[in-house]
Formats: sequence, structure tokens, C-alpha cells
Amino acid sequence: MAYLVSHPDEVKVVSSRFGKGAASIETYLALDGYSSARKAIELGSDGIIAEMKASNLRGRGGAGFPTGLKWSFVPKQSAKPKYVLLNGDESEPGTCKDRLIFEHDPHSAIEGVIIAGLAIGARMGFIYLRGEYRYLLTIMERAIDEAYAHGFLGKNIFGSGIDFDIRSHTGAGAYEVGEESALMESLEGKRGIPRIRPPFPAVVGLYGGPTVINNAETLATVPHVFRIGAAEYAKIGTERNGGTRLFCLSGNVERPGVYELPMGYNLKKMIYEVGGGIAGGRALKAVVPGGASTPVLLPEEIDIGMDFDQVGKAGSMLGSGGVVVLDDRVCIVEFALRTMRFYQHESCGWCIPCREGTDWLKKTLTRFHAGGGVAKDIDNMRYLAENIMGRTLCPLGDAAAMPTIGFLKKFRKEFEDHLDGKPCAYAEQGDAALAPA
Amino acid sequence: MSAETQTLFSPGLAARFDRMVTLYPQRRSALVPMLLYAQDEMGALNDAVIAEVASRVGISELEVRNVISYYSMLHTKPRGKYHVQVCTNISCMLRGGNELFARCKEKLKIENRETTPDGLFSLEEVECIGACSWAPAVQVNYDFHENLTPESLDALLDQYRTQNGLADRGGR
Repeated sequence: MAYLVSHPDEVKVVSSRFGKGAASIETYLALDGYSSARKAIELGSDGIIAEMKASNLRGRGGAGFPTGLKWSFVPKQSAKPKYVLLNGDESEPGTCKDRLIFEHDPHSAIEGVIIAGLAIGARMGFIYLRGEYRYLLTIMERAIDEAYAHGFLGKNIFGSGIDFDIRSHTGAGAYEVGEESALMESLEGKRGIPRIRPPFPAVVGLYGGPTVINNAETLATVPHVFRIGAAEYAKIGTERNGGTRLFCLSGNVERPGVYELPMGYNLKKMIYEVGGGIAGGRALKAVVPGGASTPVLLPEEIDIGMDFDQVGKAGSMLGSGGVVVLDDRVCIVEFALRTMRFYQHESCGWCIPCREGTDWLKKTLTRFHAGGGVAKDIDNMRYLAENIMGRTLCPLGDAAAMPTIGFLKKFRKEFEDHLDGKPCAYAEQGDAALAPA
Repeated sequence: MSAETQTLFSPGLAARFDRMVTLYPQRRSALVPMLLYAQDEMGALNDAVIAEVASRVGISELEVRNVISYYSMLHTKPRGKYHVQVCTNISCMLRGGNELFARCKEKLKIENRETTPDGLFSLEEVECIGACSWAPAVQVNYDFHENLTPESLDALLDQYRTQNGLADRGGR
């Protein structure tokens, strides 16, 4: 069970309806549901975008792009229909927050899509869920049906004279499809190969029309911005980082779980107080602060505020909110290998630096961890990773390279200790369990 | 199209497909969900299924095959009635995902991507399934099982084996 957790430091905005049965529209309405869409209709396009800019909400998918600004890029006039696309292809290792939104508050996602549609003048929105989330698709389909039955979707929504439709859609297993242009390809019934940009989706997106694509958490946050007011929402977070964020604590912590904390919340406090510290009272070795693609932080680097700017200054990224905690038993070489196996598996193969680079890195790390490493591998891996960076159509190449560079830079000694056929002196878990009996 | 009269699918699914292709600005958009639902019902995307889906969407069979080969959940060969998917990605690995995977192999006596001779179970090591904060996790068909230990995993597999029908909520 994806159980809910709670901590006194939490500021429940996006999660304010979790555990309250808000998947049912009656409950959602009783909890102020769809009041924000009504407000948005009154405000109109410019008013909505102004509010979104004032909220300082930044994209929760990982890049942290200001949401209001993104919406403002969509041209007012367009010969082709415009679209809103909710990205619920949650697949970044360490990230499990959208699941809770879909399970506990699907109408907030629907309402967010409606408001985005009103902002850009779209008549249709799509809610794309990853294929593994079938039970959530069932919940979402029911919620969409309820919204149609109440006149919140379809013709003349809320009696406004505006028509707006939403379609739910399922993927079928592909991390790459979480990348915006690959997501559009997938929704068009194709292989999820990223598109060359420019043109950006705001100008040429789904079916060639201007398209806003936002992460599920971003769009589920939107109704709350209008519910509590943009200024109030912005005040919760730090400068240029409005509001709260669903942080997914996982790994070797005492109390893993998804916690909603203000942007800028101290990472050390998050691990030691909210998460109850390292499981079993062990020592902390490292933290991956924002999903598998973000560079690792050392214990002495975690006294930082968790917002896009501060984590960036510390040399990593806030990413998708997946905070993965590693204790002192973890072998970093093995961890780097597992991370690379993932990216090699998920690389769509279109761009050569990513396809060949991830494969080469996986093979080198596999050999290296098995005791077959040679000294020059260490610099070679770094050289290889650095040369993937910025040379691919989509960020998957960077996502594979960045953590690898981080591990090699910060844990070089651990790599050196694997040389000369020495058995791994670090792993007390993980693939030790896979060793032949 | 004429597939209504000679469809491979159950009347419910055929009707659903008839509607799905009309829901999008382009028919082809229905392709990936259709393939997944077809697979849920038929067990695998065999040649006949591919042919019917291609005709319903209005593209060539080759184009359908190109799409199938991209998505990790789509497959052309049948799997076990219970497809056991063990996550060993980072968050699960830190909490015993590899151990669970090893236990599955031992208990089911099959390797990764194999099916038991009785066709009841198949096993696959999968990438992150979005259960990181409740790791380690396993998905059997579409059902999530989280915070597992090797012992609770044993019990879970036994439950599927004995009840053999327990989880008919999802497809395969």
C-alpha cells in the first residue's frame, strides 16, 4: 500500500485533500473543489497568467521552469488547435508523488488542466499516465466522467460558453516518454523519440498545435494557487520558488514517505527530523537529492534549502523531488552501475552519444564492479560522461551523465579501491545477495 | 470499419475500441492504449491482434510492430498468468530489491523473462515503478505490493499460486 505519512513541519497544500476521499466529486466539491476553475473563468487568459506568474510556481517535473512564463509563450492566435498535456508518466527513479495525487485527488489534476486550457485558449487537454499505473487510470477515468456529468467538462463548461474536453491516456512502459517531446510522439501513437527543438511545444506541439505540457504535480497545484491566492502561495516558499513540494523520501531512512514541505526546507532536517534519520541508526553516506539523474551530495553538503536555486548552487538539482538516502553500507560503484543500467535500458537510441555512451558506461561499470577495472577506466568514464552532456536531443543523455560525473568526482577513492581485482569492500547489501550460493 | 463482425476481441473491448479511435484528433493516438488493452485480454500481441489493431487505427502492421518494440510493457509472446515484476532500481535496491528478485528466481525456479512450465508465473526485473517511498516493491500484473520482505514475498507468491484467480482485477 502506498500509505500516507505525516509530519508537523508539513504544509499541506497539494496534499490537503489526501486521505479524505476526494477522488469522489461530491467530496471534492465539499472541499472547495472546482471553485478555482470558476475564478479562472472570471479572470480570463491574461488574469490567469498574471496570477500564475505571481505565484512563483515552477515546474515540478525537474527543470523548474516558471509555469506562468511557460503558459505566456503560447501564441494568442493560432491556426491550429491548442492543447494542454498533463505529464503523468512519472518514471524518474526515486519519484512516487504523482501516484498519490492521482489516487487521492484526481480532480485537482483535472481542474489544473482546465485552468491551463483557459489560460492558453485550448479546447482539449490530455492526462497521460504511465502504463504501470492502471489502477490510477481507472480512478482518473471515473473522475473525468464525474466532471462531465457535472458540466465541468464538455460543452459550455460551468455555463461559461467555453467548451473543453479532457481525455485520459495510458502509456505502456517507457521512461523516455516522460520527456515532453517524446510524450507528444507517444500520445500521437508513435515510438517515443524526442523532437528537435526549436520549435518548442508552446509553438508547435501536439498534432502541430501550440501545446502546454506540465508535470502532474504542477497542474494539481494550480487550483490551490487560485484557492489560497497567488501571493499567499508564493509566501510559503522562498524567493522565486513559490509554495510547497511533494518530497519523496526513500532509501535508508527510518520513515520513508511522501512529505509536502515548503520550498527551501532544509535537506538535513528533512532527512533527520522528518524522515527520522538513517535507518537502524547507521551513518549517512550520500544523498541523491532529486531523482536518479541528479548529482549526488555528500553528508557535509546537505545543510541546504531544498529549492531549485539553492540545490543548483550546491552543484546538484532539485529535480523531481525524489530524495534518495544512502547509508554507509552502500557501494557507490554498484549504485552508479545500477543507475547506469537504468539509463542504458531507457535510452531510446536515437542520439548516438546517449545510446553508445550509456551502453559503454554500463559495460565499463559492470566490469569495474566485478573487479576487472583498470586505473584508466576512471578517467575514461568521466571523459565519456562529459562528452554525452549537451550532445543529445533530449535531457536523457545529460540525466545519465550528470550522476555518473558526480559519483566519479566525489567517490574517486571508492572506485580506486575496486582496482586490481580487489573484491568490493563496500557492498553489504545489493548484489551481495545475488552472489552464487 | 468491418471489424465489428469479425473481431478477435470480446464485444465489450471491441465497442471500447470503436469509441477510442474517435476520441482523439487523430485515430492513431489510440494505438498505444489499444495495444495494452488488447494484450490484457488476449495475453499477447500476436500476428492476428496486430493485424486487427492496424486495421482499426488505419496504419500498416509494420508501423504497429515498430511501436510495440519501443514500449517495455508490450510483448508479442505470452507470459505467465501472473507476471511478477520486481523493481531493483535504486530506491528498491537500497531496501532489498535485489534480494527479492533472487528469491523470486529461487522460488519460481525461473530466470529473468522466463515463464514457469505450468504457465502460472513469469518473472521480470523492471525499472522504477513509482513505489520508491514504499520500497521494496513488486508489481504482479497491475497490482502493487510494497514494503515486502523475502518472507512476505513468499507468502504473496503462495497466495497467487493457491488462489489462482485472486488478482483477476487486472489483465496480464
